[in-house]
Amino acid sequence: MTGETLYPRLEPLLAQIQKPIQYVGGELNAQTKPWESAAVHWALMYPDAYEVGLPNQGLMILYEVLNERPDALAERTYAVWPDLAALMREHGVPQFTVDGHRSVRDFDLLGVSFATELGYTNLLEALDLAGVPLHAVDRDETHPVVVAGGHAAFNPEPVADFVDCAVLGDGEQAVGDITDVVKAWKAQGRPGGREELLARLSRVDGVYVPRFYAFSYGPDGTIAAVTRTRDDVPAKVGKRTVMDLDEWPYPKQPLVPLAESVHERMSVEIFRGCTRGCRFCQAGMITRPVRERTITGIGSMVEQGLKATGYEEVGLLSLSSADHSEIGQVAKQLADRYEGTNTSLSLPSTRVDAFNVTLANELSRNGRRSGLTFAPEGGSERIRRVINKTVSKEDLVRTVTTAYANGWTQVKLYFMCGLPTETDEDVLEIAELAVEVIRAGREASGRKDIRCTVSIGGFVPKPHTPFQWAAQASADTIDSRLRLLRQAINSDRRIGRSIGLRYHDGKPGVIEGLLSRGDRRVGRVIERVWREGGKFDGWSEHFSFERWTQAAAEELPAFGVDLDWFTTRERTEQEILPWDHLDSGLDKEWLWEDWQEALSEEEVADCRWTPCYDCGVCPTMGTDIQIGPTGRSLLPLTVV
Amino acid sequence: MARQPDGPPPPPTVQKLRIRYAKRGRLRFASHRDLARALERALRRARVPMAFSAGFSPHPKISYLGAAPTGSASEAEYVEIGLAERCDPEAVRAALDAALPEDIAVLECVEAVQGTGSLADRIDTSVWRVELPGVRLEELAPAVEKFLAADVVTVAKRTKNGLKDVDARPAVASASAAEEAGCAILHMVVRQVTPAVRPDDVLAALAAVADLRPPLPPRAVREAQGRLDDTGTVADPLGPDRAARTRCQGEHATV
Repeated sequence: MTGETLYPRLEPLLAQIQKPIQYVGGELNAQTKPWESAAVHWALMYPDAYEVGLPNQGLMILYEVLNERPDALAERTYAVWPDLAALMREHGVPQFTVDGHRSVRDFDLLGVSFATELGYTNLLEALDLAGVPLHAVDRDETHPVVVAGGHAAFNPEPVADFVDCAVLGDGEQAVGDITDVVKAWKAQGRPGGREELLARLSRVDGVYVPRFYAFSYGPDGTIAAVTRTRDDVPAKVGKRTVMDLDEWPYPKQPLVPLAESVHERMSVEIFRGCTRGCRFCQAGMITRPVRERTITGIGSMVEQGLKATGYEEVGLLSLSSADHSEIGQVAKQLADRYEGTNTSLSLPSTRVDAFNVTLANELSRNGRRSGLTFAPEGGSERIRRVINKTVSKEDLVRTVTTAYANGWTQVKLYFMCGLPTETDEDVLEIAELAVEVIRAGREASGRKDIRCTVSIGGFVPKPHTPFQWAAQASADTIDSRLRLLRQAINSDRRIGRSIGLRYHDGKPGVIEGLLSRGDRRVGRVIERVWREGGKFDGWSEHFSFERWTQAAAEELPAFGVDLDWFTTRERTEQEILPWDHLDSGLDKEWLWEDWQEALSEEEVADCRWTPCYDCGVCPTMGTDIQIGPTGRSLLPLTVV
Repeated sequence: MARQPDGPPPPPTVQKLRIRYAKRGRLRFASHRDLARALERALRRARVPMAFSAGFSPHPKISYLGAAPTGSASEAEYVEIGLAERCDPEAVRAALDAALPEDIAVLECVEAVQGTGSLADRIDTSVWRVELPGVRLEELAPAVEKFLAADVVTVAKRTKNGLKDVDARPAVASASAAEEAGCAILHMVVRQVTPAVRPDDVLAALAAVADLRPPLPPRAVREAQGRLDDTGTVADPLGPDRAARTRCQGEHATV
C-alpha cells in the first residue's frame, strides 16, 4: 500500500546510530495528515543534515502553505547521515519522510530546496535511497516528479539530468499552481503519462522543464544554442514574485525540533529582496524588488510565533535588515513590548553603518552585549567600490569603535577573498583595518579584553549577477592571500592576540564555482562524484577536493572543457550563458554595464531612495518596490 | 567597567515543584539535552511563572536529575523547577503536559516541602525492564543466573576517553527473567554508580558470561527510580513531599 508507515522497520535501526532523534519527527507544529485525505502528495526535502535543514524558512513556509490546502499533503525529508544510510541499504528501508515515515517513492512530487549547490550529491543519494531512478528520463508516471527550488535553481543545468523541473523565484504561489496541475492530471487518469504532465507543468509560470530544452556546443566548448524541443514551452522562463508579504505571514506555526539545530531561534522575515546592488550577491540580484512586511505585520508574526513555539529568541531576517523603512520603530516597539519577558531580539549580520550599532543597542537594551557582526566584504576602499559596497575606512573604524564603546566586546567582520580585480594589497588591508579597530576600540572602551574576529571566505561568482562573467580566483591564489593575511595579523602580537582569523581554504569554493556556473555537462561530474562516495559536500569532514577534481578530469575532457574552463575563465559579452533562457528579470545588458562599471570602480545607488537605474526587474516581472513607512504602531500585548 | 543589567534583580523563587514525567514511543530517542530544550520551551508556552537566575543571560531555575540514556524509554524521569509565583501543582502538571509532545507525559507534580531533604538524595537506584525481541525465556533465565552467580563481570564501556573496562556486576542489586507474548523480559534493579552501569552494559555482561546475543535491538524502559532500602524495595522519591503535605494539611484541618 502506498503511504504506509515505515517506522516499525526503521525503529530497530535507530537504536544503532548517532542522534536518532533527528529521524523520528513529531516536532512541535509538525503535521501528519491521513494519506487518503489528499489528492496530491508532496515530499519536501532540504538536501543537508536535519540540524541544518529543519530551520530553513523556505521549506517551513511551503510545508505550511501546502498543508493548509485540504487536497494536498506535505511531509519533510532530509539527507540521512552515512551511518543510517548504510543500515537502510542493508535492511532495504528507503528514503523516508520524518513526519509520516512514508517512502519518498510514494509521493507525487519531491520538492528539493537548493540554498547551495553543495547539496547536489545529497539529492542523488536521496533519490538512490528512495528507489527513484537517478536520471529524469528513466522515470515513469509512477515516480515522483522531482522539483528543484531555492536560489541555486536559477541555474539548474548542472542537475538538469536528475530533476524534472525547477521553480524560479518565490515558491508560495508556484507550489499551489503545480498542485493544481498534478491534481487535474491524476483525476483525468494520467493522460499522456509523464511527458504530458511535464508539458503541462512547463506552462506553469516560473516552472522550467529542462528536458524540453536542448543544448548544443561550439568547437570552443561554449554553448552554441539552447533550443526548445517542443514548441508549446516558453522560450524564456521567468521567475515568480510574491507581492504583499503581509498576505503571506508564513511560517505561522514554526517547527520546533527536539534535536539541536543550527538556529535555536524563531525567524521572522521582515522584507524580501534587496536593491543595495552588491555585485557579488546573487540573493540581492534575483530577489528584486524589495517587498517589506509592515511593522504591524511583523509584530503579529513575532507574537504568534512566540506563542506557538516557546522560543526565547527572535531573529528579524532579511538580506539587510537595517534597511527596513521603519526598522528603528520596529526595534524600539518590539523591545518595549518584550521588556522583562526574557525574550531576546536579534538582527543578522549587517552593513557597516553607525545606525546598526544604535539598533543593536536597542535590541539588547537589557541583555548581554557580546557579539556584533558587520560585513564590509572587501578589505580596501577600492575593492569595496568594485563590489559596490562602499564604506570608507574611517567610517568603518568609527562604527566598530562605537560598538566597543557601547559595551560590545566582540566584533566579527566578514570579508571575501578572490574578488574581481583583487590584489594582495586589497586583502592585506584587512589586517591594517583590524589592527586599527582594536587600537581605537581599546581606547574608546577603556578595556583590553575586546576582540575582533576576521572571518573570510573565497568569492564564488554566481549566475544572474554582474560578476557572472568574472574569472574565479584559483584555490592557490586564495590560499596564498590568506597566508599573507595571517602573517600580517600575527606580525604584532600585542594587537594580534585580540584578533581572530577564521577562514576556509580555497578548494571547496572552486567546486562550488563549477556547480554554480556549470552547464549540463557538469552533471556527469556530479554523478561520478556521488558514485564514488561523495555526499555532504558542505561538510569539511566529508568533502573531498581530490574526488571532485579527479571526476572532473575524467568526465569533462570528452566535451573539450575542464574544471578551469568553468571556474577561472573570464566569459565574453557574446557568450551564451547556461542560464540565459532563465529570466530573473535582470536585463543582461544592464548586468554587463554594471560589470564594466565594477571594473572601473564606479558605484551604483539604491533605487529605493534614488531614481530607477533600469536593472529591468520591475517592468519585466510587472512588480514594484513595496516599502513603508506606514506610520503604524504596535499595540501593547494583553497579558493573559 | 563591564555593563550590568539595569533594574532590580529577578524575583526570587517562592515555590519549588518536583515533577515526574515519562518519555515513551519515538521520544525514547531523545537525549537529555533534547528533553531539556523541549521542557524549557514547553514551560514558556504553558506560561509557567518560572524564577530566573540573575545576570545578562537569565536561565530558568530547573534542576535535572540523571536522565535515562538516549534510546531508552522511561516512566520515571525527575526534574525540579523553581517558580516566581505560587501555583497549583496539578494545574502546572496539566498545562505542561498539554504543552509537551504526546510522547512526553507529565505524570506527577508535587510541591517540594522544606526540611524533607533534596530530591537527588532520594534517588540512587533505577528499576529497569528490558524487552528482548527474538530471545526466549529459556535463553535469558540461565544467562541471568550465571551473571548473578559471578563475582566480577568486566565489560568494555564506551566513554568520552575511549573504551574503559567496567565491572557490571556490583551495580546490579537484583535481576530476573520473565516472558511476555513469547518475548523474554529482563527485570532488574540497578544502583546508580559512577561510572554508570546501564542496561546496555548489563546486556554486554550477559553476552560475556553466557554468550547471549539478542538478534534484534533490545528495548529498555526505566520503570522507577528511588532509594534502595535493605529489603530491596525502591522508595518513591516524591513520597516525603507528599507525606509532609498531607500532614501539614491535616494539622491545618484540626486547628
